[in-house]
Amino acid sequence: MSERSTEQTRELLDSLYRVDSGRILATLIRLLGDFDLAEEAMHEAFAAALSLWPRSGVPGNPRPWLISTARFKAIDTLRRRARLEASQDELVRYLEAQWSSAEECQEEDSLEDDRLRLIFTCCHPSLAPEARVALTLREVCGLTTEEIAKAFLVTPRTLAQRVVRAKAKIRETPIPYEVPTPQELPERLGTVLQVIYLVFNEGYSAAAGAEVTRAELTGEAIRLGRLLTELRPDPEVIGLLSLMLLQESRHAARTSPTGELILLENQDRSLWNREQIAEGVALVEKALESHRFGSYTLQAAIAAVHAQAKSAAVTDWRQIVALYNRLLRIQPSPVVQLNRAVAVAMRDGPEVGLAHINAALEHGELANYYLAHSARADMYRRLGRTAEARSCYEKALALTQQEPERQFLQERIRQLK
Amino acid sequence: MKYVCLGYIEPGKFENMSESERNTVLDECLSYSAKLRKNGHLVAEQPLQPANTAVTVHWRNGKVAVTDGPYAETKEQLGGILVLEARDLNHAIQLISRNPGVKLRCGLIEIRPAADLNEMMRESERRRRKETARRNE
Repeated sequence: MSERSTEQTRELLDSLYRVDSGRILATLIRLLGDFDLAEEAMHEAFAAALSLWPRSGVPGNPRPWLISTARFKAIDTLRRRARLEASQDELVRYLEAQWSSAEECQEEDSLEDDRLRLIFTCCHPSLAPEARVALTLREVCGLTTEEIAKAFLVTPRTLAQRVVRAKAKIRETPIPYEVPTPQELPERLGTVLQVIYLVFNEGYSAAAGAEVTRAELTGEAIRLGRLLTELRPDPEVIGLLSLMLLQESRHAARTSPTGELILLENQDRSLWNREQIAEGVALVEKALESHRFGSYTLQAAIAAVHAQAKSAAVTDWRQIVALYNRLLRIQPSPVVQLNRAVAVAMRDGPEVGLAHINAALEHGELANYYLAHSARADMYRRLGRTAEARSCYEKALALTQQEPERQFLQERIRQLK
Repeated sequence: MKYVCLGYIEPGKFENMSESERNTVLDECLSYSAKLRKNGHLVAEQPLQPANTAVTVHWRNGKVAVTDGPYAETKEQLGGILVLEARDLNHAIQLISRNPGVKLRCGLIEIRPAADLNEMMRESERRRRKETARRNE
């Protein structure tokens, strides 16, 4: 125990909150079985520390101290509530019995397990996808309701409702607070990865500069990816982290200073982030070695080929088409087919590419996907079929609301006049 | 962030409770306020006298008019104001839903995020400075 002033204690607690509140909260949710009670108890424990530590000294191991203080605070809260509601009585007795037998000291391992439990609970398949995203960002990443609402362009009250309802659903269902069994794991891990990639894409597809908070989402998704890689280093977890790093590495080159979109083939590759590329490439190699990888790893592998090419012309398109073939086998979607068609066009020329794009469009699912029409327009443009190119660009323009994309398409249409 | 909580209650409801009910509500509410204050969540609180004590001031036919009673004649009337310091809107909702007044069905609470007028105030000051400078020319 060491003596400290209130000011020093406050600084220490601020940094403990920044670094450890996610872990502490995750453990408390397990112990208390209730998100709100856990959050309240944690705040009370921090408040208690602020008033006690300057006098009593800082405990040798602050984290277990905060957890155990929060537990007692929660018991107090429940006792008080039990006076108002008879139904709470039983819960208080249960928790007291459970805690008196529980070990006082938490092992580091079980704390990390708690974070994993929290991620799996927040991403549970019985919650709506947008609720999973909101809960994960708030409970795991520690973003505020207002920050998340701003990033997803909804009002704070809409987002607050989403969080309240999701928590009620967890309580009432009840959704168990646990790491899934090995049998369930592949599917449940899939949902978690989907949430992380959704958060990433929400930030990635946002207009550069204009919406800074949306760009922060990519950073948050990468942080989540790193955390999950630490906790559960499955090949697809590593693959997704690699994919995000490789896409993020092009961030500075993706838009012009005036906010216009720059396509991969025209990007200034000296602006690509070499550190992120090196890390992404190393990770994807590790995931590929496992031979148990899936679609995220394959997409990362494709991104890695691009990242290592000096220019669009000297890119190994043969390799990229081969990777798309494998991706198409495990994820036979029209969007993958479209992306493969674009790679084929780079390998075999626009005529062949156009035939592949038309084939992908035949499914009908891509009819309202602006990138399909813009890719088709590009083939016509390269073939010198100006009228057809223009009409396809116009169709694409009618289908997208995003400003940088719209500017890009309008510029292409202008050039064809 | 600060959140202003407006507590609404049906006039007479509290007064018509039995003495022991009234004491329970009061004790629970005050002990919850004390807890909020201790944890740094309670910035300010102000209970109000009944709505029939209100006067409403407005501008009519070129002069100030004063009428008796509250502005809005709703079933529930504003009974008190509470200013919370919370991490975010969900945290404020959480703190307020623990309020015994809500649990004991005394009324309902509206939460309004406090507005940050700092930028608007700075702009207004700039406008007024310019206006003064113009007049002094």
